Amino acid sequence: MKRKNQRLALLLIAVAAMLGAVLLAMSALKDQASYFYAPADVRAKGLPLGRSVRVGGMVKAGSLQRQPDGVTIRFLVGDDTDAVVPVEYRGITPELFRENAGVIAEGRFRADGSFAATEILARHDENYMPPELAERNGRPVHRTDSVE
Amino acid sequence: MIAEAGLAALWLAAALSLLQLALGVMALMQGGEGLGRAIRPVAVAQAALASFAFLTLVLLFLRTDLSVALVAANSHSMKPFIYKFAGAWGNHEGSMLLWVTVLAVAGAAVAWLERRLPDRTLIGTLAAQAAIGLGFYAFLLFSSNPFERLSPVPVEGNGLNPLLQDPGLAFHPPTLYFGYVGISIAFSFAVGALVTRDVGPLFARAMRPWVLGAWIFLTLGITAGSYWAYYELGWGGWWFWDPVENASLMPWLAATALLHSVTVLATRGALRAWTVMLAVVAFSMSMVGTFLVRSGILTSVHAFAVDPERGAFILVLLALYIGGALALFGLRIHTVKEGSTFEPVSREGALVANNLFLCVVLGLVLIGTLYPLVTEALGEKISIGPPYFNLVTGPIALVLVIAMAAGPLLRWRSDRAGALLRRLALPVLLTALVLLACVLLAPRIRILPLLGLVLATGVGAASLAPLWGRNLRRTPLHIWGMAIAHFGIAVSLAGMASESAFTQERLIALRPGQSTAVGPFSIRFDQVAPVAGPNWTAVEAQLTVRRAEGRAFTMRPQARMFSSPAQPTSEADIATIWNGQLYTVLGENDPQGRWQLRLWWKPFVTLIWLGGGLVALGGLLALAGRMWRERRARRAAQLEPAEAWA
Repeated sequence: MKRKNQRLALLLIAVAAMLGAVLLAMSALKDQASYFYAPADVRAKGLPLGRSVRVGGMVKAGSLQRQPDGVTIRFLVGDDTDAVVPVEYRGITPELFRENAGVIAEGRFRADGSFAATEILARHDENYMPPELAERNGRPVHRTDSVE
Repeated sequence: MIAEAGLAALWLAAALSLLQLALGVMALMQGGEGLGRAIRPVAVAQAALASFAFLTLVLLFLRTDLSVALVAANSHSMKPFIYKFAGAWGNHEGSMLLWVTVLAVAGAAVAWLERRLPDRTLIGTLAAQAAIGLGFYAFLLFSSNPFERLSPVPVEGNGLNPLLQDPGLAFHPPTLYFGYVGISIAFSFAVGALVTRDVGPLFARAMRPWVLGAWIFLTLGITAGSYWAYYELGWGGWWFWDPVENASLMPWLAATALLHSVTVLATRGALRAWTVMLAVVAFSMSMVGTFLVRSGILTSVHAFAVDPERGAFILVLLALYIGGALALFGLRIHTVKEGSTFEPVSREGALVANNLFLCVVLGLVLIGTLYPLVTEALGEKISIGPPYFNLVTGPIALVLVIAMAAGPLLRWRSDRAGALLRRLALPVLLTALVLLACVLLAPRIRILPLLGLVLATGVGAASLAPLWGRNLRRTPLHIWGMAIAHFGIAVSLAGMASESAFTQERLIALRPGQSTAVGPFSIRFDQVAPVAGPNWTAVEAQLTVRRAEGRAFTMRPQARMFSSPAQPTSEADIATIWNGQLYTVLGENDPQGRWQLRLWWKPFVTLIWLGGGLVALGGLLALAGRMWRERRARRAAQLEPAEAWA
């Protein structure tokens, strides 16, 4: 093969591979992206059934219930509207999970409107607020580093 | 005074990097010999000043000098010594100072040690390195000054995030930074070579050890980071496809591709433009990583502070360097001579396949990492997690390891497919046997882990094949290095597949005295007791674990409460046995006196990190072997004229 042709062939293969990667990524993103829902969104847009989503909000005061098996919990996630989503989770909750605190749960909705969480997102420090929530509450996302 | 001395050193280092850049540009434009000779000592002095500034910061942290804002915000007088030390880079400003220091030291190492490059290319390289340094000095001095004073002086500091209070902090960030920043050398080499239009095997041989060195550090840093996350976060996972993890994986993928293409250029003089392009891409990925982690655009343990100004600053630097390099590439690349040709079935062909697959994986990870940021800017909030990444990268990674098994068995320039198949006969047979065994013994195993296990065996055997039939004592060290690094990939793959296929989990609430079982273990929950550490208190569970007829041993997972800052963490206890790890986490208690326990039995999970270590070891052997060879060749070259005289 001539030198010029070889360079051209390699270039074409590289471009084709990259195009293939982009197409593959786009089709996978469509199915695998997990959308964020606040309780109000669920009411407005309807239940997103059959796909993995994230539900975020505040754990309603007094709503946290432990089930008899000792490892399953149920709680209500609310936001600044009166919409709530009942969530069920089996597992050990992150250390900073509690009532009246922000939470993001990942999982799927059931047809009855309850949410089966596969994961409760751990917050890495005391001041952390999920960006999705902070924005919704009209506060800038800011984890203070100031000295108290 | 210490803080002021550090700040002064930082300003001086910045001034020297400006001088280094100016000297380089002037030397290249006028061709002045003297100017060019001055650039080496300037680079070394700049590194000395940057190191001095960094040591100053470490000293301030060791003394817990609370009049410095950074120390007050991130340290505490009661913190254990090692975290006072490592805490110097456990925050945004300190870690950026470490970044710049490593950058300066890497540049100085080139100035000091590099003797193979033509003078003008070296001057271009050091000028490019100075240009990168200058941007980051500006970033530190104008928007992230680590030495800022605080008034009034607080009586006590805020303390360090407890998740970072781990020996891993002393090791993981510096290692990763040596890797990230080491790639800047490859970038500067590429810029230097483009400036002087001198892209050839000689340039590739000079660049290779630097790429190899950076890549070894990246490999170690990622492996260490993965194990740290695994034991510290208590979720039992070893890779979360967190954007910050991706930020370290992407430079590694690019550096791995570069490492292979630079070998083609060094050995065969082919893939010239492609290698230069990859050097630019690899450093772009380091910069993207730095941007993702340091801009605060993501929230995670790694993003210490959120400040839009800083994000914008890094983004501008990123655009400047990458844009500048690409423009130079566009202007100059047509003057780079076309390389030697090769047949599709050849060592070069396999390495091209390796590069393409690595770049495709890199592209898929990059898209998945940036896509949520793009959609968020458009108003839709989504997250891209393991389902996407496993789906798109898993199958390609498997094809990639097959190419990895075949590549080293091919001859340069041209080979025949039939010959390759004969050389691969034994590994293929082995693969078939393991496939049969897996299907018979574990029929319910999922497809991806199954393929992983089966390929790991075959690829492991094939990666040692280049050593067969050789006199092992006379085999060059870099061949050993390649075989061991490839074998390490297979080992790691086996660990990943085994973890994913055979992990058993038990989630249960128990009263003291009750028992449970997971995998081959029976576990009795004896008691919980309070314990205390230097800056934390904890409740500690005592578990007595017994495996069939074996000896019983005790495990003690804890739920800790740190005092400064007040924050709870969970300390998993992990027992390592020859064939896997038992991972135990203590949860909350309930009014009935029960405690939550989460237990995992993970067969052969340790292979994941053992493999990572082997990959790094292979790199180290290759580096040592290449350097030793070159030294011998240089000696021989020096002796020759003398012999001619005699």
